[in-house]
Amino acid sequence: MKTKQISVFMENKNGRLAEITKLLASKGVSLRAVTIADTADFGILRLIVKEPDFARDVLLEAGFTAKETEVLAVAMDDEPGALAKVMEVFEKNRVNIEYLYSILAGKGGMADVVFKVEDLEKGEKILKDAGYNRPLDL
Amino acid sequence: MIWNAVRESEAPEKRRVRQLADLKDLVARLYNRVDFYRQRFDEAGVKPTDIETLEDIAKIPFTTKDDLRITYPYGLLAANDEDIVEVHTSSGTTGTPVVDAYTRGDMDIWSEVMARGLMMAGAERGDVVPNGYGYGMFTGGLGVHYGAHAIGCNTIPVGGGNTERQLQLMRDFESTILTCTPSYALYMAEVAKDMGLDLAALPLKSGIFGAEPWSENMRREIEEKLHLKAYDIYGLTEIIGPGVSNECSEQNGLHINEDHFYPEIIDPDSGEVLPDGEKGELVFTTLTKTGTPILRYRTRDITWLERGECACGRNLVRMNRILGRTDDMMIIRGVNVFPSQIEHILMEIEETQPHYQIIIDRGESHLDDVELRVEVEPQFFSDETKELERISRKIREAMKNKLGINLHIRLVEPRSIERSMGKAKRVVDKRTL
Repeated sequence: MKTKQISVFMENKNGRLAEITKLLASKGVSLRAVTIADTADFGILRLIVKEPDFARDVLLEAGFTAKETEVLAVAMDDEPGALAKVMEVFEKNRVNIEYLYSILAGKGGMADVVFKVEDLEKGEKILKDAGYNRPLDL
Repeated sequence: MIWNAVRESEAPEKRRVRQLADLKDLVARLYNRVDFYRQRFDEAGVKPTDIETLEDIAKIPFTTKDDLRITYPYGLLAANDEDIVEVHTSSGTTGTPVVDAYTRGDMDIWSEVMARGLMMAGAERGDVVPNGYGYGMFTGGLGVHYGAHAIGCNTIPVGGGNTERQLQLMRDFESTILTCTPSYALYMAEVAKDMGLDLAALPLKSGIFGAEPWSENMRREIEEKLHLKAYDIYGLTEIIGPGVSNECSEQNGLHINEDHFYPEIIDPDSGEVLPDGEKGELVFTTLTKTGTPILRYRTRDITWLERGECACGRNLVRMNRILGRTDDMMIIRGVNVFPSQIEHILMEIEETQPHYQIIIDRGESHLDDVELRVEVEPQFFSDETKELERISRKIREAMKNKLGINLHIRLVEPRSIERSMGKAKRVVDKRTL
C-alpha cells in the first residue's frame, strides 16, 4: 500500500519531459504511473516506478530536482463505483487527499489508484481496515 | 512663451558671472554649516577660497548616493530646522531613502523651474493639466503641481492609477496637457480605445513625460496615439525633483535650468571633466538651494551637453536624453531597482537561492513586465504544486513590500541559471525603448 513516488521539478520549457523519459529509458526504468501537475509557470512530474531509489538517483545524478514521497497505492476492483467506495472510507475518517492519479493498466482485473493524503499512516490504516490490502503488483 | 526670459535667454557670460558668485556663496555656506562637506574639503585639501573661477569646481570632491545614505536623514542640512517647510524622500527602494528638505526659497525655485519646463512644453495660463504623476513623497506629483500652479494652469491632482477615471476626467474637463510616465501614456491610449474614447477629439496639445527611460520610437508612438506633442522631462530627488531640465518645442535636447543646477559631464572612471559634446556621467551642483544643497552630485546617468542659441529662444545648455547608466540600476515602472536589492531580498527567503535572473520586457500593455526567475532550493522542492506556489507567492510579496513593484515570479530548476566565469548575466532587458 505505502509506495514511493518520485517527483521531478520541471520548468515549462520545450523538451524537458522528453529528456527525463529518455534518461529513465536508457537506465531501463519501467514507468508504472506518470502524471504531471502543472501551473502556468512550472510542472511537477510524478512517477511510480519499480525501483524508486534507483530512479531517483539516476535523476539526481543527471542534475534534475527530484525527491521521493510516500503515497498510498491502492488496488481496487476494476468496476464502476470502486473509487467511490475508497473515497467514502477517506471521507468518513476525515483523511484529506492532496491529489490522486491512476496507475497504467492494472493487472488481473484490478485498477490501481495512487493517493497522496495528508496523514499517510492513518490513510493506510483505514484502508486496510476497510479491506484494501491486496499488494500492488508492479 | 518663455516663463523667465531674463534667465532662460540670458547672455552666457552674464549667466556665468552669477553662477560663479552663487557657487562661491554655496561653497562657503556648506563649508561653514555642514560637517560632511567641511570634512570632505579638508580631506581633499581644498578651501572655499580656492574656488576662483567656474572651472575650479573640478577641485570640489564629488558627492555620491552613498554619501546621502550615510548622512540620512539630516546630515546634509544647510539650513536651520525651522526653515524647512517640506521634505521629500526617494522611495527608499534602493536602500536608505534620499532626503530633499526644502526651505521656502527652495520651494520657490522648484515652482520656478517647473513652470519653465511646463512652458517649454507649451503650457500657459488656462491650460487644463490632469497630473498623472504620483502625489506624496515622490517628487513627481507635487513638483509638476507647483509648476502648473505657478503658471496658472487648472491643475487636476489625479495622481497615478485608476486609468478609466483619468480618461473620463480628461474628457469632461477638456484637458490640454497630460503629465505622466511615457509608458503610462501608452497604456492610457490602450484603455481609451477599449472605452471607445476618441483621444483625437480631445483638445490635448502636449504631454510631459519622464521618470523612466524612453526613446524617439516611443515618442512617435505616443504622439500618434494620443494626438499631442510629447516632451521629455528630467529630474531627480537628490537635486530638486522634476524640473532639472525639460524639452522645448524643438525637441532637440532638454534645457537644463543651469542658473540653479550647474551641470558637468565627467568621465565616470577618472572623474575628469569632459568637454561639451562628449558622452559621460552627468554631475550637478545646486547653486541656489538652501535646504539640502548638493555639490557635484554624481547622477550615474549618461548623456552629453550642447550649448548655443536654440530656435525656441532660450540658450540654456541642453542635455541629450539619457543614454544609459554607469551603474546597474534598472528603472522599472518608474521605480529604481538595483539587482543587488533583489539578491538581498532572496537571501532572506530560505526556500530559494540567491541565483536569479531578471527579464524585463515591455508587453502589449506598454507597461514594463518583469519576470524574476529564481532557483528553488532542492530541499524545499515539493511534490505538491501548492507548496511551490506558496514559495512563489512569498517571493512576490517580499519583492512587493520591499521594492514596491509587482514582479512575475518564475521558479526554475536549481543550477539552471547560467553561472558565468565573470559577472553573471542577472538582467536581460528586452525593452526596445
